[in-house]
Amino acid sequence: MKGIIGKKLGMTSIFDPTGKQTACTIIEAGPCVVTQVKTKDSDGYNALSLSFGDKKEKHSANSEINHFAKAQTSPKKFTKEFRDYSIDKNIGETITVDIFAEGDKVEVVGTTKGKGFQGVVKRHGFHGVGQQSHGQHDRQRAPGSLGNSSDAARVMKGMKMGGRMGSDRVKLKGLKVVKIFADKNYILISGSVPGHIGSIVLIQK
Amino acid sequence: MNAIEFVHEQLSGKKDFPKFKAGDNVTVNYKIIEGNKERIQSFKGDVIKKQGTGHTASFTVRKISDSIGVERVFPFYSPNIQSVVLNKAGNIRRAKLFYQRKRSGKSARIREKRMVVSAVAQ
Repeated sequence: MKGIIGKKLGMTSIFDPTGKQTACTIIEAGPCVVTQVKTKDSDGYNALSLSFGDKKEKHSANSEINHFAKAQTSPKKFTKEFRDYSIDKNIGETITVDIFAEGDKVEVVGTTKGKGFQGVVKRHGFHGVGQQSHGQHDRQRAPGSLGNSSDAARVMKGMKMGGRMGSDRVKLKGLKVVKIFADKNYILISGSVPGHIGSIVLIQK
Repeated sequence: MNAIEFVHEQLSGKKDFPKFKAGDNVTVNYKIIEGNKERIQSFKGDVIKKQGTGHTASFTVRKISDSIGVERVFPFYSPNIQSVVLNKAGNIRRAKLFYQRKRSGKSARIREKRMVVSAVAQ
């Protein structure tokens, strides 16, 4: 596997030579610093720890400053571990968008926008119970029955109800790399990507 | 410069369209691909809307074809638009002419803008 940490910047669309318009998301991906190399001998598994986004030293704990000093960089905001990284990198080296090429199929991991407390229609795709007419009201977005009567006499575990929605970690597969602006570290990925503008996403292949 | 503006600047090539706005009568010459053959189709009508900014901007052209209203949306930066010809500048007061959809015949006409030609220029 190979991957990079990025920041979602916004959306636009792009034309292919035949005139077909594709919506795509602009992500500022990297450059990421390798801050730790984990190996099977020392840690039990192989992984690279990548860090992205500068942070001031006065906002960092001493333990953080010293950890990043081993990689000879300033403290970073975000650190993520990528298992079994397919490119050999040493501590302190950087990873840029160059690891991807235009046309690659990638996976994008992000945290979806928080939706707050939502009812069953929005949260679970229920259709509601009642109609607007025939003397009914107040039942259009209702969940309906929660279960059986006296046999069981309880609500089953995992019953779908209203509640907090969104802010979930989501992985989208099969997205295409449409374009790369290497000097600006921008990568354009087809379609939409979870999260709000400015949120952190992982791009993996 | 923000990221979207930067990407738009990189993507959009130069377009030498005449400047037109809502109310103007234009002819859009549009490339159509049928199988592996290409041909140019022209669409002549009034611009009723210009929408969006940068690389994603588009405009809508409305014409009456066999007494049926037809509207078509063209992206400004589509590679399939070969040229846009400005036929007539319209004298209108709004940016979006959606009221044209309810009109037909004489009331759907758009007054032509009269240009002042200075004597010095001649």
